[in-house]
Amino acid sequence: MAVKDRLSGNEAVAVAMKQINPDVMGAFPITPSTEIPQYFSGYIANGEVDTEFIAVESEHSAMSTVMGASAAGARAVTATSSAGLAFMWELLYVAASSRLPITMAVVNRALTGPININNDHSDSMGARDSGWLQIYAETNQEVYDNMIQAMPISEACRLPIMICQDGFITSHGVSNIELIEDEKVKEFVGEYEPENYLLKHENPLAVGPYGISPYYMEIKRKQAQAMKDSMPVIMDTAKRFEEMTGRKYGFFEEYMMDDAEVALVCIGSSAGTGKEAVDRLRAEGKKVGLIKLRVFRPFPRIPLAEAMCKVKAVAIMDKAESFSNSGGPLFNEARNSLYDLENKPYAVNYIYGLGGRDITVEDFYDIYQDLFVIYDNDDPGDVYRYIGVRDSRFR
Amino acid sequence: MTLTREQAGNRAVEIRWHGRGGQGAKTACLLLADVAFSSGKHVQGFPEYGPERMGAPITAYNRITDTHCKVHSNIYKPDYVAVVDETLLKTVDVTGGLSEEGAVIINTNKDPEELRPFLNGYKGKICTIDAAEISMETLGRNFPNTPMLAAVVKISGVIREDKFINDMEASFKHKFAHKPQVIDGNMQALKKALQEVKVGDKVRS
Repeated sequence: MAVKDRLSGNEAVAVAMKQINPDVMGAFPITPSTEIPQYFSGYIANGEVDTEFIAVESEHSAMSTVMGASAAGARAVTATSSAGLAFMWELLYVAASSRLPITMAVVNRALTGPININNDHSDSMGARDSGWLQIYAETNQEVYDNMIQAMPISEACRLPIMICQDGFITSHGVSNIELIEDEKVKEFVGEYEPENYLLKHENPLAVGPYGISPYYMEIKRKQAQAMKDSMPVIMDTAKRFEEMTGRKYGFFEEYMMDDAEVALVCIGSSAGTGKEAVDRLRAEGKKVGLIKLRVFRPFPRIPLAEAMCKVKAVAIMDKAESFSNSGGPLFNEARNSLYDLENKPYAVNYIYGLGGRDITVEDFYDIYQDLFVIYDNDDPGDVYRYIGVRDSRFR
Repeated sequence: MTLTREQAGNRAVEIRWHGRGGQGAKTACLLLADVAFSSGKHVQGFPEYGPERMGAPITAYNRITDTHCKVHSNIYKPDYVAVVDETLLKTVDVTGGLSEEGAVIINTNKDPEELRPFLNGYKGKICTIDAAEISMETLGRNFPNTPMLAAVVKISGVIREDKFINDMEASFKHKFAHKPQVIDGNMQALKKALQEVKVGDKVRS
């Protein structure tokens, strides 16, 4: 029997890791992800797992440690947030190009400047081009479920994976959760049997050598191919997970989209608040829908574009600023994906929730209201917008 | 057609906690989530952090519903407000957005009506509990969150009192397995708080 419990998002990730019992954890504390290695160290101290915990002096070393462990053939995990992720930057690219299937719990927090401990997506969105898979969660249940799917995906694709959740909102928020039995998790995740690894004496190899020009581009092209090939792996893993738990996952979730006239696309916990707005607007007879993107890397360009084409106007929501003067990262990729399609909707961008700025059901009402204006007037107006900023000159 | 939360009978009881860092307002909020979960409810318990330091004002929130609650924002129109430190009344608008059908529950040795002048015109029910005194008497130290939790349970009615007492006893036995001598004191603090909370009236219009 599945176990009904109430846990914070950080506890949920730690419990998933305990059930998986990886070989190595290398981690350095940073708010709001600190509780993950903290809880996990408790499991080690109590003998509930036999993971080797490597306490390091920085996130740069945390990532180096798990890379070393992964290259040696071990299953390695870490956790971080914000500036910690930024301090891993150099190594993120090395891990991905060395095709090391590392699992990292990212508890999303704003990047410093000014310093802030609260949630937005600037940390992992900043790392979007590093070659890591990225999966995001709306709830504690989803981050737990994603953590259990992480290793089968990452190991089959030989790509590292970030399992992201919203700092404080889910990481420190306690809510109901259904846990899977330990044996089922172990069976689902399976044993890690890499084909090649440093400690395999029959087949000596080098990891991370200099990539001279005649080889570098081929390596990068293969990395891009691995990202492409991860699409079916992600779907197959989700299908297998659904067979085990009944909980269905994909690249994104469509909420009330079938007859929707306008919709919004967003990532993470705010999707729940958006769904509440959809429920209430539907009760008023307004045909609104919502798409919650779960997988950002690889970007599900074609299916997402098809889903967005069901409506006449779509608001694409970014919890990160790119300072490109042309919208946030999700907006640029999602809007780009519509280019080749006929009957494409108007697509506008809203930057929201930076540094923990709260977004409410009423804010989502306002966005849907704006979308109906676009729909009625057949005019998108300025496509690059802000919501939730106090000064009305900057909305 | 999808129903609204109210139509679907998934009316949330929303509670906002005001305290100071280190006093246990967040812990009380998480304990309330725990006991409501044990009685079969869907729960959310989450803190809002500003600068993290002892003594800084902090806020924590509970949503308690019959089915899964999707909303992930803070609570601006709570049904109940719990104030763990009465000195906050001078600096924080604790009754901001509070339903006049609900109540504010304040840790103080004063009577409810003595505090109305400090509540920015709030017309709803004021309840007071001397959580500090109860804590000193039963635990020998000032841990106001245990009596405050009991007062919130009693006033909000989110859980039956007898169920609450039984669940808390089990929870304390688990939590304090290594120091069982504090279990009795905590149970006394809860029971005393259930009896001693003073319930004021609404302002009659």
